[in-house]
Amino acid sequence: MPNNPKIIKDGQIIDNEWLIVEDAGSSLPEGKLLVSLEIWEAQKAALIARGNIGVWLKNDQDPASLAGDLQELPIIGIDFPVFMDGRGFSIARLLRDRYSYKGEVRALGHVIRDQLCYLKRCGINAFDLDDDIDIEQAVHSLNDFTDGYQTDASQKVPLFRRRA
Amino acid sequence: MYQYDQYDHQIIRERIAQFRGQTERYLAGDLKAEEFLPLRLQNGLYVQRLAPMLRINVPYGMINSTQLRRLARITRDYDKGYAHVSTRQNFQLNWPDLADVPDILAELAEVEMHATQSSGNCIRNTTSDPFAGIAADEEIDPRPYCEVIRQWSSFHPEFAFLPRKFKIAVTGADHDRVATEVHDIGLRVIQNADDEVGFRVMVGGGLGRTPVIGSVICEFLPEKHLLTYLEAILRVYNLYGRRDNKYKARIKILVKAMGAEAFTEKVEAEWQFLKDTEATLTQEEIDRCKSFFTAPNYDVIDDEPAQARVEHLAGEHVAFQKWITRNLFPHKVSGYAAVVLSLKPTGVAPGDITDRQLDIIADLADKYSLGEARTTHDQNVVLADVKKDDLFALWEEAKAAGFATPNIGTLTDLICCPGGDFCSLANAKSIPIAEAIQRRFDDMDYVYDLGDIDLNISGCMNACGHHHIGSIGVLGVDKKGQEFYQVQLGGRSYENAAIGKVLGPAFSQADVPDVIATILNVFVENRQGDELFVDTYRRVGMAPFKERVYAK
Repeated sequence: MPNNPKIIKDGQIIDNEWLIVEDAGSSLPEGKLLVSLEIWEAQKAALIARGNIGVWLKNDQDPASLAGDLQELPIIGIDFPVFMDGRGFSIARLLRDRYSYKGEVRALGHVIRDQLCYLKRCGINAFDLDDDIDIEQAVHSLNDFTDGYQTDASQKVPLFRRRA
Repeated sequence: MYQYDQYDHQIIRERIAQFRGQTERYLAGDLKAEEFLPLRLQNGLYVQRLAPMLRINVPYGMINSTQLRRLARITRDYDKGYAHVSTRQNFQLNWPDLADVPDILAELAEVEMHATQSSGNCIRNTTSDPFAGIAADEEIDPRPYCEVIRQWSSFHPEFAFLPRKFKIAVTGADHDRVATEVHDIGLRVIQNADDEVGFRVMVGGGLGRTPVIGSVICEFLPEKHLLTYLEAILRVYNLYGRRDNKYKARIKILVKAMGAEAFTEKVEAEWQFLKDTEATLTQEEIDRCKSFFTAPNYDVIDDEPAQARVEHLAGEHVAFQKWITRNLFPHKVSGYAAVVLSLKPTGVAPGDITDRQLDIIADLADKYSLGEARTTHDQNVVLADVKKDDLFALWEEAKAAGFATPNIGTLTDLICCPGGDFCSLANAKSIPIAEAIQRRFDDMDYVYDLGDIDLNISGCMNACGHHHIGSIGVLGVDKKGQEFYQVQLGGRSYENAAIGKVLGPAFSQADVPDVIATILNVFVENRQGDELFVDTYRRVGMAPFKERVYAK
């Protein structure tokens, strides 16, 4: 998992405040933590009491598992182990469209800059990407398209209802 | 035909700018080959055995004369002066320079064409009936819905990295000329008892390594729900389709593994969240898309005398008589006919067409067929709106240009993928097999006597030549570095589609024409009346063919 010092969020490059935690280990570190679904489910009450907790999902984990917890979570991460695996695109849309999640949705791992525009349309607003990606350059790809035919996480009106 | 508005133009311009940047980064070494790969594929660009290959979409097979002329110019300026019609109704260029592709795409965009998602693990070009809008057996013209799907599927942000490629076919006719049953999604536009228009939705058909006939998952989907329902199917596939093995990644494998019923439940459950959202089609949008496919102002022509004049000329010209027998398709409007221009003369790779011929088709379309043409799934070109009184003049011009081979639907009108001569996936060549068969069966009277036969040749398991659904299918296989050919019998692409069965051990290239000859002899001896090959096969089964072909 990446855990870069800098990330892209809402089109800006900012400092990364969230540390991804993959294994429960003995005790959780201080600060803002993005924990796995397994850790969340095992220690939910304690984590809610602790605060500053987000959850990241593997791309075979159903966001329905978090449906009851969304109020508690300021951020949800989605793991992209390889950029060709597009499951995360649908997971993001489910979070935004079906569960109306309003917090930060962050892509973690291996996506390439050429996917950012579509990922943004699917509702992902932050990117903690693999080291070899130049985020200064990548940020320019967020707006490769200024419009699309379909509805998406932020455009609820398809083009065919907007054509002038 | 559909015409772009400012939105369509803007979206395609932005796409080309994006791909231009990607190509530049790749050429400068700033974009890794494995990361450029899906990006170039989704802009139509393969890297083949000898050179890149660019697959240009012809959305649902519709193309106009301006577009044909532009294609001709592109093949001249950027390629070697010829193109190839694929089984998905698209054009392929075999020799473009990678660095030129953004310019080619820009030239295409000027005439409202693109290569968007013509390959890659995404939703591909939607295919349709080449006789849409003019066939007498058609209930509803499928093209407006194809255009709706084209727009929805283009640059869909959620479905650009699917487990595998995804193909949709739409027909509105009783006779299925689009092989809907072997598509990831096959749609039949229908009208119910209350005169409402909708779709019968079939999912999970496909060819390739595991040929499957699709399952109907919805008997009647009202038209306004088309996009939300497709979205539900695609989302279920994107989330649950296998990604561990590319040969098990198509939706057909998912539908089989879950069972059609469980798959349907999953889609319906997903759809409940999408149904009746803003993404639901509006009547205005359906009407807007329909407005591009209204019937042209046909002349009022009395059919009988027109037909009599054609037959009179046929009596005087045997070649014309053969041509009207094989290469015409009945038009629903009196005094008109649809003409199939054959791209299957012996000695030319099936589906290949030169720049000069593209220009000539444009001229013929302007002169005789309201400026439009269609590409077909069996790699020919259709002029759909020809006055019967123009048929003789058209035939003479088509003959001079090499399009009038009177073999449509026959053994020599074979479907053939580019095969090992071009394709880096192929196990064996396919074009030389096609030519050897055409040369062996050059007696047209014999070929006519056989009746309609689909002979389909693929150079590998990926089945681009649709060998599974040919009456006779030929599949190139690799045996210890040698090219061999397996023969299958009994496939059928249209309604009640069937997957062919393997005859037996594969043959060497040299033996294939003799094997086909033997198969045809068995057919001729066993057929009853004017029975077609597929029907004789269904009646007598594989045994007599197998016995004779493998007799010592």
